Amino acid sequence: MMTMRRRLFVSFGIGAVLMVGVSALRFVAHAQTAPEAAAPVAAAPAAAAPAGVPDPTGDNTGTAADVTVKDAKNPTLPEVMASVGHSKIAINIVWTLMTGFLVMFMQAGFAMVETGFCRAKNAAHTMAMNFMIYPIGMLGYWICGFALQMGGVGAISALGGTAPLNSEFVVTLFGHPFGLFGTKGFFLSADVYDVGVFALFLFQMVFMDTTCTIPTGAMAERWKWSAFLVYGFFISMFTYPLFANWVWGGGWLSQLGVNFGLGHGHVDFAGSSVVHLVGGVAALAGAWILGPRIGKYTRDGKPVAIPGHHIPMALVGTFILAFGWFGFNPGSTLAGGDLRIAVVATNTMLAGTGGAVAAMVYMMARFGKPDPSMMANGLLAGLVAITAPCAFVTAPVAVLIGTISGVLVCWSVFFVEGTLKIDDPVGAISVHGVNGAWGVISLGLFADGVYGDGWNGVPGKVTGLFYGAPRQFLAQCIGTLTCIVFVFVTMALFFKLVDVIIGNRVSAEVEIAGLDLPEVGALAYPEFVLSPGTIGSYEPAPAPVPAPAAAPAVARVSVT
Amino acid sequence: MKKIEAVVRPHLLEAVKNALQEVGVVGMTISEVKGFGRQKGHAETYRGSEYKVELVPKVKIEVALPEELFDPAMEAVLKTAKTGKFGDGKVFVTSLEDVVRIRTGEHGEQAL
Repeated sequence: MMTMRRRLFVSFGIGAVLMVGVSALRFVAHAQTAPEAAAPVAAAPAAAAPAGVPDPTGDNTGTAADVTVKDAKNPTLPEVMASVGHSKIAINIVWTLMTGFLVMFMQAGFAMVETGFCRAKNAAHTMAMNFMIYPIGMLGYWICGFALQMGGVGAISALGGTAPLNSEFVVTLFGHPFGLFGTKGFFLSADVYDVGVFALFLFQMVFMDTTCTIPTGAMAERWKWSAFLVYGFFISMFTYPLFANWVWGGGWLSQLGVNFGLGHGHVDFAGSSVVHLVGGVAALAGAWILGPRIGKYTRDGKPVAIPGHHIPMALVGTFILAFGWFGFNPGSTLAGGDLRIAVVATNTMLAGTGGAVAAMVYMMARFGKPDPSMMANGLLAGLVAITAPCAFVTAPVAVLIGTISGVLVCWSVFFVEGTLKIDDPVGAISVHGVNGAWGVISLGLFADGVYGDGWNGVPGKVTGLFYGAPRQFLAQCIGTLTCIVFVFVTMALFFKLVDVIIGNRVSAEVEIAGLDLPEVGALAYPEFVLSPGTIGSYEPAPAPVPAPAAAPAVARVSVT
Repeated sequence: MKKIEAVVRPHLLEAVKNALQEVGVVGMTISEVKGFGRQKGHAETYRGSEYKVELVPKVKIEVALPEELFDPAMEAVLKTAKTGKFGDGKVFVTSLEDVVRIRTGEHGEQAL
């Protein structure tokens, strides 16, 4: 038995040695013949690469032989043009999909930032909200969100047409058409069964989901799971798609230029207003109606610090978001062939840097220490602000926009917490709301007039106030104001309604114990004893939160 | 017999422990504790809001000693646990009535 095994082993060994030897010989043979083979191909590029010869440099891969023609000897111009056109749109669709995948991964970044800034007793709940908003938002968007947003967008040439999305509901006011929402593409059904439409859906869906996940941070540590679920459907089906239609789907804000001569209408390249301001204002309405966490304010109304439980997690999450932003902004060309993507990507990283450095310097100057949570907020603030103007500004201006956003986010965090008395554990209102508004307004100030010819159907390039186009600035202000009013009113009414029907907030008992077990049925850290810790000792809130209508279920966690 | 309870800075635990062993202490009990003294902790800021770090983490070292080891042990603790800044901690001294080694049932200094 032993000898047989041994023999087998030996023969395997010999076989392996032989194989390696043969392939080495082949390699040597190829190295000797390659120069001779390469010369004629280079001289006549039209000829196909010789069969069976590898092409390590790639010079001979992708040649005229790859263009489909009826008669290889006599290719016609229409045949060649068809191939070029197909390649162009292929590059654009691959680009749009790839950048969409990057944006999808931002969900992980949001989850880590928000969870890291919350307490350990709510970590599973905060993670779970950030997790489930992805599928829930997607379902809502698939049902009707996409149709309302993009149903009437018309042909997007970069994606080869998206011809089926051709139906917008329009009212006529002041003698001009006002597009309100699209009416095609519900459930992505058969009438929009089209590669361009599907690519557009994927890309727009991940943007929409970014908006949905912003309020989960501002409302963390006290939001009832059932109320959160209803919210997920509402914002993805109605609030987000309507405003997005007005800016990106051919709706009335995008037509302010065509109809009223206000520059190019409201311009938002990648979503400072559409994505971030909408999310930030929804977060403001939600956190306001929800009320502060127990213990957030002292008896005399002074804000108390409730430090996050995992700062390293939050900082890694911030890096993931910054990485995803390379999909968010450059992808918004919807065209890999639009080489402005180089400017867009570079401006994006520069503004993030401006924001992070400015926030850190501000905190060090004012409090003596940099505060990692504010560095992270600063980087994100810069990225949010540059999202609208990234394609329309110069590099120094990108750094300037980011730098301003880094200081803005600090002021805003103190203002929201200290003056408005609204408890936003992660700074979502300040990062996404305030800097989303700053982003679209900065476009109206700094757009340098070299890019965006024909944007929103207006001839000429996108130009801001400081480059001689005050009307563009006006359009940006109208867009910002519309967004704030529309989203705040809609979401406040929605949250009020939910408050009456199912209640937005968990019971005080559950909140003190931590939401993990009572709300989602799993502890984030079951093997650790969670204590108030050495920090964050604070007086209890003056008045307990309003008691919920229904008596809470038997508490399954002892109150520590 | 005497018992020393020394509440010291966590990062000095190794130094104090080694110094005690050098003077002949053969056993000790360590626990992670939190507390405050006359300074009542200190203030920090997080996202612009101040919070008090009132209960500061410390390590408590409990040592039971025969009389002849008491002075050198005290000296060892006081020398190694001292930085001269606020928050160096305290040493509590009590006299010990009895000690029992559970395995053998020995009492008193025999059990140390």
